Amino acid sequence: MPVPQDRRYLQTHEWHKPEDKLVVIGITQFAADELTDITYVKLPEVGQTLRAGAAFGEIESVKATADLLSGVSGSVTAINAELAGNPGLVNADPYERGWMIKVQVAGPGDVEKLLSAEEYLKKIGH
Amino acid sequence: MLLRTPLYEFHVSFGAKMVEFAGWEMPLLYRGIVQEHQHTRSSGSLFDVSHMGRLYVSGKDAPAFLDRVLSRNVAKQRIGQSRYSLICNEAGGVLDDVIVSKDAKHWLIVCNASNREKIVKHLASVRDGGGFAVEIADRTQSTAMVAVQGPRVIEILSDTLAIDLKSIPRWGFESGTHMMNRFTVFRSGYSGEDGVEMIVSAQAAASAVKSMAEEMHQPDSVIQPAGLGSRDTLRLEAAMPLYGHELSENIDPISAGLDWAVDLKKDFLGAEALRAVVQRGPAKKLVGLELQGPRIARQGSAVQRDGAAIGQVSSGTFSPTLHKSIAMAYVEAAHAAAAADVQVDLRGAPVAAKIVPLPFYRKPQE
Repeated sequence: MPVPQDRRYLQTHEWHKPEDKLVVIGITQFAADELTDITYVKLPEVGQTLRAGAAFGEIESVKATADLLSGVSGSVTAINAELAGNPGLVNADPYERGWMIKVQVAGPGDVEKLLSAEEYLKKIGH
Repeated sequence: MLLRTPLYEFHVSFGAKMVEFAGWEMPLLYRGIVQEHQHTRSSGSLFDVSHMGRLYVSGKDAPAFLDRVLSRNVAKQRIGQSRYSLICNEAGGVLDDVIVSKDAKHWLIVCNASNREKIVKHLASVRDGGGFAVEIADRTQSTAMVAVQGPRVIEILSDTLAIDLKSIPRWGFESGTHMMNRFTVFRSGYSGEDGVEMIVSAQAAASAVKSMAEEMHQPDSVIQPAGLGSRDTLRLEAAMPLYGHELSENIDPISAGLDWAVDLKKDFLGAEALRAVVQRGPAKKLVGLELQGPRIARQGSAVQRDGAAIGQVSSGTFSPTLHKSIAMAYVEAAHAAAAADVQVDLRGAPVAAKIVPLPFYRKPQE
């Protein structure tokens, strides 16, 4: 299963896409498929401070509940409000319409320290 | 090494996501749990349930032996009838919940995959301990079993099979032949819908399903394959117990609300302990919960009332039919009345819930 090359990853399946001065975060297709039908995504408030390696939210499916982790520190500038009414967007389009939050990153180079697409695929055994 | 059912190739050909379940490699889903759930409620689904144990009991002492082992009275059971029953230990705890069918020359016990080895041992030990003249044959791996469930199943399968399924009552069964292969069809299931469960030989299964598969590959097919994921959400809406969740060796059938499947007038293993439970009243009761909001209660989540713990969730899901978060839970009998306001602790956050009557879903009356 290929993953987009234009972003960085955590081993826990969150993607981080640099976009202007922000980083957009979501989860991979692999994670969405493993969770099966997603029923609820708990996102932080705009303005909330994030710490790299800490949870910024939770995701639930028929099968399981999991934490959503951020690979970068910073503050939340936007959340995907569409997910509240339509969490299935994460299953249907995890890399675009299923995005979760936008973050103003504290250290500009931080996102480059995360896993590349190849490294992520290797970590999950693909 | 995981066991594979005779339908393994069928699952792969439909792109199933395969998972380990009780030592078997089984399909979790094909297209999506919710989609398969909804298709079962509106049309029909085929589930591979070959992993469930199929134990055949025969011999002159079979009725006496089953009377000792089963919570249900088998004396009144006629040939061609199936009955839901419990197998209990001496303390009244549930070793397994099973479906027992009486045929002309044998009895069939269908047990849970996770309990098959335990039940085979238990049956052998009761037989040997009581000197019962019975033979017990485990034919789980030489046969296959599928469940076909949904409101359009009886109509569709009646056209295919040379048996008038409409004439088989709920909990009845019949045997027939299809393309030279013998099969037995039971009017039963685990979805809350009308439908059948069928047993055929392992060799016949793959080819029988292949002939159905061509039809099922169409996007508008009336009957489509469905996996264990939707099997679980369907049974939960219908409030059917699942061993390991609502039932275990530490739970008795009275607390589980299964007194209708327990005949305390006869002496079976566990009867004495269960009479005592009835006499003093069960300490806990199984109830239904409707949670506010979309979050799902999981097995083990604490149920509270006014800040005090009163019980634990046994199963929870987001109901695809009701569009609500639902759960079953064991709560202290004093707090089990319907309409009570409670809270469910979900990862440290209390979520408001209400005790509601079971089942959550009942199929529309014809």
